Amino acid sequence: MACIEARELRKSFGSTIALDGVDLRVEEGRILGIIGPNGAGKTTALNAMLGLTAYEGELRVLGRDPWSERDQLMRDVCFIADVAVLPRWSRVSQLLDYIVGVHPRFDRAKAEGFLAKTAIQCASKVRELSKGMVTQLHLALVMAIDARLLVLDEPTLGLDILYRKQFYDSLLNDYFDRNRTIVVATHQVDEIEHVLTEVVFIDRGRIVFNRSMEEVESRYLEVMVHPEKAAAARALKPMQERTVFGGSILLFEGLDRQQLAALGDVRTPSITDLFVAVMGCQVGQAQGAGR
Amino acid sequence: MSTPLNAVSESFQAQSVAPAAFPATRALYWSVRRELWENRSIYIAPLAVAAVALFAFSISAIAGIWEKALKLDPAQASEAVAQPYDITAGLMMLTCIVVSVFYCLEALHSERRDRSILFWKSLPVSDLTTVLAKVSIPLVVLPLVTFAITVAMQWIMLLLSSLILLGSDQSVAALWTKLSFFRMSMLLLYHLLTAHALWPLPVYCWLLLVSGWARRATFLWAALPLVAIGGVELIVFRTWHFAALVGSRLIGAAPAFAPMPGDGFPSGPMTHITAGTFLSSPGLWIGLVVAAAFLAAAVRLRRYQAPI
Repeated sequence: MACIEARELRKSFGSTIALDGVDLRVEEGRILGIIGPNGAGKTTALNAMLGLTAYEGELRVLGRDPWSERDQLMRDVCFIADVAVLPRWSRVSQLLDYIVGVHPRFDRAKAEGFLAKTAIQCASKVRELSKGMVTQLHLALVMAIDARLLVLDEPTLGLDILYRKQFYDSLLNDYFDRNRTIVVATHQVDEIEHVLTEVVFIDRGRIVFNRSMEEVESRYLEVMVHPEKAAAARALKPMQERTVFGGSILLFEGLDRQQLAALGDVRTPSITDLFVAVMGCQVGQAQGAGR
Repeated sequence: MSTPLNAVSESFQAQSVAPAAFPATRALYWSVRRELWENRSIYIAPLAVAAVALFAFSISAIAGIWEKALKLDPAQASEAVAQPYDITAGLMMLTCIVVSVFYCLEALHSERRDRSILFWKSLPVSDLTTVLAKVSIPLVVLPLVTFAITVAMQWIMLLLSSLILLGSDQSVAALWTKLSFFRMSMLLLYHLLTAHALWPLPVYCWLLLVSGWARRATFLWAALPLVAIGGVELIVFRTWHFAALVGSRLIGAAPAFAPMPGDGFPSGPMTHITAGTFLSSPGLWIGLVVAAAFLAAAVRLRRYQAPI
């Protein structure tokens, strides 16, 4: 069964179209990264999946309609919608008490185990914790819930690099297994790149790129072209060309590694470079359509 | 670091042990507790007022108000003896109203303002449960808290005055026989649950609804429509019915309610109407229907609400 299944998902705020017909299918046990520029509709898409916003179109998360069944859905889904949404007035122990009280799948001992590895005290109030510690706390709470789907929307925004690295490390080491699905939306692509199994680029409410990481690795190649072979390389119609110190790098889709090796050093592009290339094509198309 | 295989078997075990769902009352209970954690004024404000009232009472007791009261003829004496108890109880009820009003104006607003609504909504608690937990504060929790603190305060007052009477060589027995303490407490509880919970419920539910809807200045948005309706009525019909209606709901001096017209302050727990009259008054039931409509709207609204 697909964990998330969306068909023709649409949502507009007044005259602004946030989602313009999104089709998405996420199987169980995957880690999906949703990447897009500001205002592309990432948060709206996630909010629709979490039952936080109404939408048009068809959407099923773990077989349920999120908008009408949010409370039942939240037994199997947990999310960190944003940094620092934990109530600032509460004590850490009160949060633990409350979740034990309302969540059938919350394991208090596990949460306390995660917290013991941090500097967070159970008697502290959330307002006394630093931003990084609040995120650690939220992650500890979420990881102690035996959920089938975890949704993260910019969970590490504004944190320093140590916290960010730690966040994804513990997520991967202490939480993820093949029964769980994780969906992450973020700008900080390079930190999650090695974690993902699928990647989706979203732009102006549409999905413009949807591939598994294996496909990315086999389909997309980047060549640091020798200057004398630049013309030959350009003839192969690269998706993108960029100049770096000492040469140019061309990004190709669907070409043979052997063929490209003759032109220069071949490697798999980073998701960031791929994102820039795909978005560049999008802008080109939009301008072409505009004319 | 656990291997994936271990993690799979762990999670499988956890799933087979954990119940699929808790009974709905459990989520309601914990949601009420979280309101008490967040809004400590629910019990701190009545406690503070009780402390001030006790202080004032002890001054007056030392000044000797009892001497005159106990020498009156029996009918007048019991009224005069009960008077300070009525006044302090009235003060506590006023506190109950003030705390309820401010609680309701914040209830669905603060979670949006501090963005914590995103956290609350990530847990398997329905909007209905959350809103019911919030309305239970003015409907059940605050009347009971006010009752408990008032009775405790009146016990201390009684002991205090007994001590003073003992010291001044007067009859303590006269005080205890003239003051029917148990009856007074029961009437107080009845009065709190009817006049301060069920009767003003439409006003509290209106405030809750506004707190879930307004982006800022909840008090303004709650009060302006009432002022506008009252103002239009006054200009067009030269009457005060709407203002009187809202006022009576909040302060509790409805015509069907207060035996003496014009007695705006519900301080005489001895003289209140019977449960039968109260429960059969159409005003009560109309009010409850209106309250239910406001609540239903608040539940629906919370589904759509995002942080401000």
